[in-house]
Amino acid sequence: MPLIEITDIHKRFGAVEVLKGVSLALEKGEIVAVIGRSGSGKSTLLRCVNGLEKVQSGRIVVDGIHVTAPGADLNLLRQRAGMVFQSYNLFPHLTVERNVTLALKLVRKMEPSAAREVARQVVARVGLADKLLAYPDELSGGQQQRVAIARSLAMQPTLMLFDEITSALDPELVGEVLRVLEGVAGEGMTMMLVTHEMNFAKNVADRVIFMHEGRIHEDGPAREILLEPRTAELRSFLNAVLH
Amino acid sequence: MIREFSEADIAYLLLATRWTVLLALVAMIGGGLLGIVVAVLRVVQFRPANWLAIGYINLIQGTPLLGQLFVFFFGLPLFGLSVDAWTAAALSLSIYASAFFGEIWRGSLQSVSPRQWEAGASLGLTYAQRLFYVVLPQAVRISVAPTVGFLVQLVKNTSLTALIGFVELTRASQIISGATFAPLPVYLTAAAIYFVICFSLSQLSHMLERRLHAAH
Repeated sequence: MPLIEITDIHKRFGAVEVLKGVSLALEKGEIVAVIGRSGSGKSTLLRCVNGLEKVQSGRIVVDGIHVTAPGADLNLLRQRAGMVFQSYNLFPHLTVERNVTLALKLVRKMEPSAAREVARQVVARVGLADKLLAYPDELSGGQQQRVAIARSLAMQPTLMLFDEITSALDPELVGEVLRVLEGVAGEGMTMMLVTHEMNFAKNVADRVIFMHEGRIHEDGPAREILLEPRTAELRSFLNAVLH
Repeated sequence: MIREFSEADIAYLLLATRWTVLLALVAMIGGGLLGIVVAVLRVVQFRPANWLAIGYINLIQGTPLLGQLFVFFFGLPLFGLSVDAWTAAALSLSIYASAFFGEIWRGSLQSVSPRQWEAGASLGLTYAQRLFYVVLPQAVRISVAPTVGFLVQLVKNTSLTALIGFVELTRASQIISGATFAPLPVYLTAAAIYFVICFSLSQLSHMLERRLHAAH
């Protein structure tokens, strides 16, 4: 059984239909990069997976949880499906350590000392052991994004969703975040990432999905899709982003 | 009989200042509690409650505080409710403050980015946990400056209660000025006392803002 199973979902914002019947299945351990122009529905698709956006029709099942069913336990779903955002969204009033421990204590009901130990480990894993007691506004964008990844990892999710997590970063900071991502990918995490980093998609993703006008336009092995695009739309998109 | 403005008069002014401070405190607490209700009614997903809150806020913010004081002091007795100057002052200042606090706090809550709600949600936090651990602490930080700014206004506005005969700092100054015929030193002293209170409040605000480390 796939870890994520999306069946014919439709999503409208007012009069605009952003997703026009998307179906998709992700196996455990798969790394899928979602690419496409802005407005193609790729971020919306990702946000539907953990229930941040409600769909008008269709069905989403993630790790056995029926996301689209009325009364779905979205809080349980979100413990299993971690999400990292373009704008980091760290809690500015809490230190790095407390950003990580907050959900461990409130959701996982961990003892404060155990939660601090987890925080120490995950923050060290993203290379920021010396920043545990810093506040987000004392960190660079790249460092903040690494903390956001650590905060999500600490919950031990079964899959992770990454929504254009390097798009807000200065170019010289993108590398450090991608290296952390590669590390996470190397440990077998199931990942779905919306990205504009084509090289990263080519080298790290198993599979690439090209979204175009609210539909999946191409779907296949990463290298094949990116090196030998079948449709004119994908060719023109790749030309636009690569040159 | 005219006498000099003396240390005894300053002591009298300082003693009257107690009532200024106490009135401001009562209005702050009463207005604060009522202000929370106003803010909640303003944002709940129930139109009639929103309209009620908006009407209340416009009525209170759109009429002079002095008029509100008179309504309570002279108006309530018409309905057989006898109110002394203290009760009328405390009631009307609390209501006055609630309309402003309600709006300040609603604005502070709504100015915390929706992304913070999403970040909390994405970690599996319940709605209440998102509110109390993520959003409220940031809203409090945002609200400190406008809240204290309004408190400063509130302290100064307690002086209006002199007009219904409540003996706080301003009324005490009028009394001493009448007895000494030295209005300038008397009112300058009163102004200095108001300044000390308000300046201390502003300093407290700066200190709090530094303490409550949050987004700028």
